[in-house]
Amino acid sequence: MTTEMKQVFSRPDSLKDAATHFCPGCQHGTIHRLVAEAMDYFGIKDQTIGVASVGCSVFLYGYFDIDVIEAPHGRAPAVATGAKRVHPGRPVFTYQGDGDLAAIGTAEIIHTANRGELLTVIFANNTTYGMTGGQMAPTSLPGQKTSTTPVGRNVATDGYPIKMAELLSGLDGTAYSVRVAVDTPKHVMQAGKAIRKAFQTQLDGKGFAFVEVLSTCPTNWGMSPVAANQRVADEMIPYFPLGVYKDATA
Amino acid sequence: MTKRLFVKGNEAIAMGALEAGCRYYFGYPITPQSDIPEYISRELPKLGGQFIQAESEIASINMLLGASSCGARAMTSSSSPGISLKQEGISYMAGSECPGVIVNVCRSGPGLGGIDASQADYFQAVKGGGHGGYHIIVLAPDSVQEMYDLVMLAFDMSDRYRVPAMILADAVIGQMKEGLTQHRYVAPDDLAPKDWALIGEGKAGEQKVVKSLYLGDGELEAHNNKLHAKYAVMQEKEVRFEAVELDDAELVVTAYGSTARIAKTAVRLAREQGLKVGLLRPITLFPFPNAAYQKYASNGQKVLCFELNNGQMVDDVRLAIPRSEVAFYGRAPGAGSLPTPEEFLAQICKHYEA
Repeated sequence: MTTEMKQVFSRPDSLKDAATHFCPGCQHGTIHRLVAEAMDYFGIKDQTIGVASVGCSVFLYGYFDIDVIEAPHGRAPAVATGAKRVHPGRPVFTYQGDGDLAAIGTAEIIHTANRGELLTVIFANNTTYGMTGGQMAPTSLPGQKTSTTPVGRNVATDGYPIKMAELLSGLDGTAYSVRVAVDTPKHVMQAGKAIRKAFQTQLDGKGFAFVEVLSTCPTNWGMSPVAANQRVADEMIPYFPLGVYKDATA
Repeated sequence: MTKRLFVKGNEAIAMGALEAGCRYYFGYPITPQSDIPEYISRELPKLGGQFIQAESEIASINMLLGASSCGARAMTSSSSPGISLKQEGISYMAGSECPGVIVNVCRSGPGLGGIDASQADYFQAVKGGGHGGYHIIVLAPDSVQEMYDLVMLAFDMSDRYRVPAMILADAVIGQMKEGLTQHRYVAPDDLAPKDWALIGEGKAGEQKVVKSLYLGDGELEAHNNKLHAKYAVMQEKEVRFEAVELDDAELVVTAYGSTARIAKTAVRLAREQGLKVGLLRPITLFPFPNAAYQKYASNGQKVLCFELNNGQMVDDVRLAIPRSEVAFYGRAPGAGSLPTPEEFLAQICKHYEA
């Protein structure tokens, strides 16, 4: 008896054949894959310019087989603006973490969205500074213990978690703003569709497109990968509701 | 293009940049340089270029980083406090070997400072300015014509070495109107195609990356040594200065930018009195004309340095000629008025006779 083997799963063409440096249970790898799948879907790998941020996502060029500029901390949307203005026909995206995008880079992300730059921004929100060792992020949840909030985030003194998908949806330049998660197969499928739509929005010239992806940081949360994944459902999604906050692409 | 124009220095630099093929400009308003974005916002779209008034100086310099990384000739301009904000991006550009032109029409003094003419930012410009131990090319025009000419040179030098270039000017040079003779920009023969730049047309295995992070064993040390090797080549090949009546000079006056104009008049007045005085005017502040100072001070000549600050370039003069007597006379940033040629002449006479 002969069995015809059929390949049903493979590495996206846009990803390099490289082992990532991410910690066990970290979901950057999943999000990277979804971005790569979107580039494969549109066949734009050889045209796309990626802008890496500062943090765990700085090694973008090590994993994506595309041209990459490494931006200073928080400045990726400004760097991407310069690149897009020079190459208006090329897809340009940034990939940023929460400290990068929602703290030090707040001015850049807001004004880039407000100009309606034809960019796709992938925002990995894991409620902590991963690379520097688990300090409080602008998205850390109330009461969340971090290395700089040892007794938990006190909103009276530390402020509140910032909701970027909602905030950016209020700007006229934003065409598409969505929050997704990658904690379940269903959510991964939804996240993949959202990322694809965020690229479609750019390719169609509709405006600024923003995808916030809730993700895990088991190492700095002090959790197992499984427990970390459960925290996304139990604590993060209730505070950061999933959904489309703006869709002006129709 | 032989018609003689009567324009401001700030307009001249904008005109020179566009003539040199600059098609992307990113900036933020600040006195005394706002004529530059105003001119460019009007003229650049006609050439098919892109002008962005950014939300901050920080965003401006990072847009420049993005545009330059994609191989375009791009520029930003600002003044002292704004240049401080740009230093993060300038450091990244230096570390990433990303060319680009930055104009500083300097204000006076720390903090907000004033808007009168000053040379308070010399140290910031020539010693790196941002973190990490790098240099940028620094050119110091002394006239409206040189604002036009040197911005073209800045683009060429910046592209040649993949080192950011700064035009260091002041309110006198920026705001003054003078005659300007425009001329066509001609690209130097030796400028290589930017095969390192991102064009978004990568083929498999031909990924292009503009970055400053090197984590591999020995990579960062090698990278920094490479940067400094380029600075050494620039020191050999790119120094520019103006020599005025230096061949028989017994006293070498030195000054740059607007101060050099006053010094030039003072030197002429001294010559009329029979004093053997000349002027050495650095045009490149980095690379600094060390060899010129060594040449013209080789027979025990005294050197007198004039600056519109409390003494900055004079340190580099003393490093260039450590065995020579180097005197300094300056006016603190914010003096409100410029020194007169007679004021400099009095200093020349004092040091000439001493």
